[in-house]
Amino acid sequence: MLDDLAVADDTGPGKIANNIMHFARVLRMAGLPVGPGKVIEGIRAVETVGLDNRDDFYWALHAVFVNRRDQREIFDQAFHIFWRNPKLLERMASLVLPSFVDPDAQQNAEEMNRRLAEALKQDQVEMPGEGEGGQDEEDPEITIDAVMTFSANELLQKTDFEKMSSEELEAAKRAIARMRLPIMEVPIRRFRRDARGRRIDMRATLRAALRGGGATIPLQYRKRQRRHPPLVVLCDISGSMSRYSRMILHFMHAVTNDRDRVHTFLFGTRLTNVTRQLRYKDVDEALDKVAEAVDDWSGGTRIGHALHDFNTDWSRRVLGQGAVVLLITDGLDRDAADGLDKEIERLHMSSRRLIWLNPLLRYERYEPKSLGARAMLPHTDEFRSIHNLESLEQLAEALSRADGHGTFQSNSWQEAAQ
Amino acid sequence: MVRVEHRKKSLITIPENVEDTLELLSSGDYVSDRSLSTAVYLSLKLGRPLFLEGEAGVGKTEIAKVLAETLGRRLVRLQCYEGLDVASAVYEWNYSAQMIEIRMAEAEGIGDRDRLGDDIFSDKFLIHRPLLQALDPSADGPPVLLIDELDRTDEAFEAYLLEVLSDFQITIPEIGTVRAEEPPIVIITSNRTREIHDALKRRCFYYWVDYPDAERELEILSLKAPQADARLSRQVVDFVQRLRAVDLFKVPGIAETIDWASALHQLDIIELTPEAIDDTLGVLLKYQDDIAKIRGSEAAKILDEIKSEVALAQAAT
Repeated sequence: MLDDLAVADDTGPGKIANNIMHFARVLRMAGLPVGPGKVIEGIRAVETVGLDNRDDFYWALHAVFVNRRDQREIFDQAFHIFWRNPKLLERMASLVLPSFVDPDAQQNAEEMNRRLAEALKQDQVEMPGEGEGGQDEEDPEITIDAVMTFSANELLQKTDFEKMSSEELEAAKRAIARMRLPIMEVPIRRFRRDARGRRIDMRATLRAALRGGGATIPLQYRKRQRRHPPLVVLCDISGSMSRYSRMILHFMHAVTNDRDRVHTFLFGTRLTNVTRQLRYKDVDEALDKVAEAVDDWSGGTRIGHALHDFNTDWSRRVLGQGAVVLLITDGLDRDAADGLDKEIERLHMSSRRLIWLNPLLRYERYEPKSLGARAMLPHTDEFRSIHNLESLEQLAEALSRADGHGTFQSNSWQEAAQ
Repeated sequence: MVRVEHRKKSLITIPENVEDTLELLSSGDYVSDRSLSTAVYLSLKLGRPLFLEGEAGVGKTEIAKVLAETLGRRLVRLQCYEGLDVASAVYEWNYSAQMIEIRMAEAEGIGDRDRLGDDIFSDKFLIHRPLLQALDPSADGPPVLLIDELDRTDEAFEAYLLEVLSDFQITIPEIGTVRAEEPPIVIITSNRTREIHDALKRRCFYYWVDYPDAERELEILSLKAPQADARLSRQVVDFVQRLRAVDLFKVPGIAETIDWASALHQLDIIELTPEAIDDTLGVLLKYQDDIAKIRGSEAAKILDEIKSEVALAQAAT
């Protein structure tokens, strides 16, 4: 250990703190959330364990800088590279930073600026009362305008995502961005004061009694609070779904930024959690991040495999509090539904409601004949279409019904196709 | 109520280096390794909470218990669940006693409302729940506060903990702010059923508790299930270690290994056989799918592998 430090420490004693700071910066560049506070803490931790033992040094920094299990690998690599020769990394960082990162960032900034400018311009156009003409003259024009947008909307509502022109797609994206998803609420274990509640709120009662000097005790009541259960979305992004999955991603972005406790997973040949990526407020930025995270766009589908991964790695973590699951897929499986029935059964058992959204339902003569679809049908609480804006809105409406169990029986898929 | 006088105990000081911490934990029958000891030592020395994450049954809760025992501190345990609120985690007023007090005041004809209010909302009527208990002064030194399975609460409670864990103080509107003279030793555990917010983790030292390797697990078994035959223990550990490599919905933790060894001992089994495994698999695996997968040929196969390996090792020596 001391030998290594001597290398790290070639500018004299007392530089260990400096090196820890540089090490922290390396970790930050590697994506770990290491702030200045952590650096100070890291220095204190190293001071506390001392420098006699390389392992202690390692684990002291580990305890401070690592926050999650998946960061261990990065930390380990960075540690072994850095503490061999920190100067090397420093130099590399200074070489790499301006040439690679900066132009990219600049371009991003330019794009953002352009969009910002556009947004501002639009605001100005829509500003009423700007022109010189009187209110009376403008009024009819506005009415006509409204009618036209309405009819355009109407058309847009029923157009299949697959058949939309790029302009229509843009309009659809904007409509989706405004969409909200009012999921039904369920009672939780917390209480809130409520005059119509049935339980006595002792704390409030006593306070009220004191206010009256203790002569009377006016009872105060409380009621269970309600909140929506978590929403988990599993979306198929294989080739047959590509057009839809992009629109659905827009939809998921709108929903993710509208509420907490939404988890989104994409799957084709493997499963990717894109919850964090979708949290970016700007939809284009968010979808860029998603595209970066996912490797298997428009490939084949292995539904059983993806669900297996979900069940083992994620179901206990995201389905814990009675989540509603949206499974978005056309049910066309490359693995010929191998192992799918078992996995979908487990998924069904561990979720509050399993809703299968299938864009193929738009075809009137669609029948769930593929092996995948047949394995999945018995384990879905609801079976819906998802191919245009209207169906998305219907979905929103269905999710807000508290007693929505089995609104569409799994055997009535033909009605659902309507 | 008769109060038992506390015996004056000499205060056990917290360890001075990583070696001492290792020793401290092992004196409490906890088989630790150097990495875990470093994290524990840092948390003790710098007075920060220790955040332990890991699968169920790897011995996270046990660390808090062992620390309390070996340091001679009181263990205050807060078991988390969804909907945990201030009334059951921090404090609650003793309403019936307060009501009686009001009635008494009324009967005596005391009309001074302000005095009555001050009297009613005093420490006398305050029920201390775990978090407040952890801040109470104690003769043996600050207690060990175990916040168990934090991932089961909701985000609201997690946010509440931020103040408690960084400043070790709790604000009660009627009384004011209660502050710990000496901060408690805090151990937080999580099974990762959901992600804990970074703001909370930032205030803690983090450690991921993994499944132990075969040697360490055998050591644990000899401490926790000493009655089991040594050869059986070896087989149990080998079997469980191999089972963890199989694709199961829930692989067995250390707790299950200990239970299994004890169960086999209770059944007077001194050597693993396919039948013995099939009969007791429920101790080890807790999902029907997993049991169905392992029972029978798979169990026999793993057992054969272990035995042939042991035979090879014996032949080599």
